[in-house]
Amino acid sequence: MAEPVAYIDSITERYTRLGYDPYRWYRREAAPAWTPLSKTMAESRLAVLSTAGGYTLGQVAFHYKDDTSLRGIPKATPRNALRFAHLTEHYLPGPRRDPNCMLPLERLRELEADGRIGEIADPVLSCMGGIYSQRRVREELIPAVVEQVESNKADAALLIPM
Amino acid sequence: MCLIANELEQRGTPTLVLGAALDIMEAGRPPRGAFFDAPLGHTCGAPDAADQQRAILRGALAAFDAITEPGAIVHLPERWKAGDGWKNQASDSTGGDSRQPRDTTPQWQHPADAVAAEGAD
Repeated sequence: MAEPVAYIDSITERYTRLGYDPYRWYRREAAPAWTPLSKTMAESRLAVLSTAGGYTLGQVAFHYKDDTSLRGIPKATPRNALRFAHLTEHYLPGPRRDPNCMLPLERLRELEADGRIGEIADPVLSCMGGIYSQRRVREELIPAVVEQVESNKADAALLIPM
Repeated sequence: MCLIANELEQRGTPTLVLGAALDIMEAGRPPRGAFFDAPLGHTCGAPDAADQQRAILRGALAAFDAITEPGAIVHLPERWKAGDGWKNQASDSTGGDSRQPRDTTPQWQHPADAVAAEGAD
């Protein structure tokens, strides 16, 4: 099968079969928002956010019920101090073996050292996807992300969903 | 994630979503996207495949610099090295619910992480 997986169709079908209420997928009707780049990546301070539920030793792990909290992970954190907790735990074996699968701090540091990225905004941001309440994403998670990205004076943001 | 991308973009920060679930990304219409066709949990490449991870991130950065059409999603050329067999299981709609029970206690990867976090918020 060369085609990409149709996750929305297959998960909707599975939950229907299990007798669950339909999951409300986020579908945007409006055109995408747009802000042109003011600088190239090589000149930019780049904010990074991963939704794999990454945390570092010394931080509290995520929980499974609409956890809208945000962690700031120092970009110098070594890979053996990175941990993951996520509602869909069966996606975590890869990142738990090598955090760079979802929270690629080692690769980002290399790209920064190479000059491919001007600077990685510190800390790198981490939250847990799988929040079912879009209202809580809007009211709790997004303001925290915006505050971090803007206070770090990031020129652009790279977002890595799991 | 596309909700976050559009909100940041609306407020003046350019964004790119690097994702592995194309249909979910298309439904959310991020301002810029890059797609790596891989099992979920491996958006930035396979474990211990540093060269692949580097290529994916370089591809995403190149897309970030290049995209001028709102909503464009670049398909990255990197391939999942073990082939496409994983897609059969990922597309299967007959299984049970693979999610964890919804609970508000911290779900530590290792029990010792709780000790390390004592006193943290």
